[in-house]
Amino acid sequence: MQIGIFSVGDVTPDPTTGRTPTEHERIKATVAIAKHAEEVGLDVFATGEHHNPPFIASNPTATLAYIGAQTERIILSTATTLITTTDPVLIAEDYAKIQHLTDGRVDLMMGRGNTGPVYPWFGKDIREGINLAVENYALLRRLWSEDVVNWEGKFRTPLQGYTSTPRPLDGVAPFVWHGSIRSPEIAEQAAYYGDGFFHNHIFWPAGHTKQMVDLYRRRFEHYGHGTAEQAIVGLGGQFFMRKDSQAAVNEFRPYFDNAPVYGHGPSLEDFTEATPLTVGSPQQVLERTLSFREYVGDYQRQLFLVDHAGLPLKTVLEQLDLLGEILPDMRAGFAEGRSPNAPEAPTHASLVAKAGGAKDTTVHAVDDVTGVSV
Amino acid sequence: MTTRIVVVSAGLSNPSSTRLLADRLAAATTEALEEVELTQVELRDLAHELTDHLLTGFPKQALAEAIAAVRDADGLVVVTPVFSASYSGLFKTFFDVLESGTLEGKPVLIAATAGTARHSLVLDHALRPLFAYLRAIVVPTGVFAATDDFGDTGLQRRVEQAAGELAALAGKVQSSGSARHHRTVDEEFADPTPFEQLLKNASAP
Repeated sequence: MQIGIFSVGDVTPDPTTGRTPTEHERIKATVAIAKHAEEVGLDVFATGEHHNPPFIASNPTATLAYIGAQTERIILSTATTLITTTDPVLIAEDYAKIQHLTDGRVDLMMGRGNTGPVYPWFGKDIREGINLAVENYALLRRLWSEDVVNWEGKFRTPLQGYTSTPRPLDGVAPFVWHGSIRSPEIAEQAAYYGDGFFHNHIFWPAGHTKQMVDLYRRRFEHYGHGTAEQAIVGLGGQFFMRKDSQAAVNEFRPYFDNAPVYGHGPSLEDFTEATPLTVGSPQQVLERTLSFREYVGDYQRQLFLVDHAGLPLKTVLEQLDLLGEILPDMRAGFAEGRSPNAPEAPTHASLVAKAGGAKDTTVHAVDDVTGVSV
Repeated sequence: MTTRIVVVSAGLSNPSSTRLLADRLAAATTEALEEVELTQVELRDLAHELTDHLLTGFPKQALAEAIAAVRDADGLVVVTPVFSASYSGLFKTFFDVLESGTLEGKPVLIAATAGTARHSLVLDHALRPLFAYLRAIVVPTGVFAATDDFGDTGLQRRVEQAAGELAALAGKVQSSGSARHHRTVDEEFADPTPFEQLLKNASAP
């Protein structure tokens, strides 16, 4: 079971002080958070992609590589990579390169994005969102799996004799998750390829999550990748904890009431009841998290949102410390009663083993005159 | 066969003339059909949940039940007070949060109330276009009631005329029988479009 955190990189005023961090502070804070995530024993750090204020998470590849250089063990991922508006050729190059730089500590989560104008800003049509996700991802897979690609599609200029470099590390492409809240086509896509499926989970009632995960598991089996139980599922989660549960509620309430996503709407109490948000003691967070299995089955990756809504860096790092303290119990809880058929989340090592070992797939150029590889 | 009729009314006071008109339309529709299962959706009771839905993107229990009733209905009666020359914001919000395709091919009786008859065209300049956009089948007779109409026998004639038209459509027309059916999210979950088809669609010119 992989347990980690994901961030959308929002630059939000702290409602208790009125102070808004600068972009510089927020970018540096993101790095500090990722490094601390490794220190407290977490397995994954993922960051999102937004191309508009108030977010600092534009193309996240530089940030991920920078964090990769300063960490040893943590898996770097995205939440999400915009497969609709980002050129799949750049995704293929960038993430293969981060694979090499971090010795395989990278995977990706594909998403369509939720900010309408990003489509026209990048020359795309939002009404083609699903079609872009389908065609672009099909091309991305070919760029990683085939040394030389000849390709023609609807949304991008054709490729003739194109080799995406560097080739994936050890001949194995990064593992891919597909994230979607309510689009059955994306669950279908993840199932078709035998990729992972991630449900954001945090802003939605359990019924949404269960419906999507059920469809993905059913279709994963349909496409012959294994039984429904063997499908690769990830979930989001969200908490705020203090040793004393009432202290947690009191401290978090102003952040909740003013949060960009759900603020000024339902009460904290209503929202914690309707969604996975848990505000309380570490024991409450532990119990709530371990209950997610009841409606999605045994799953592979749990990512928490901890740095949003204007929470100061110091508080976020404290939240990570508290998460680190309950981590052994959380791992034990996930292991307890886990089906022996439920696999672990794929890692670079496990994918290499599955492919029959590492192989160098460097594509060498050929001298035009002599025909000799140079 | 039981016909499921849902009455959506958006009056704010209690009792309201909007609800009064809704009740008369419900009674006349029930009268015109053999066997009716009638559900009343009073939007005032759902006002908080509707606002929360706008902000969070999902309905709480009572609103989810109202939406499900509308989705499963054979016919709708919708009644709004006139606010600032149109349907009320509360009324519109309810139809804003329905998933795309929910009303497709569904017979709808439109009705409105106002202080004076000068607003009577609201049915044709506001409600009819809204439900045309939502691909509902709007019955030919709409019912408008100004305060004065509650003292006039003409109102009951129009109520019965409209109810008869709704009964005729709701009792016979199945929503899935409409010419070009857009698949709803629920249908896609039950029977997903195979990925090979999605691949073909993606790059189709």
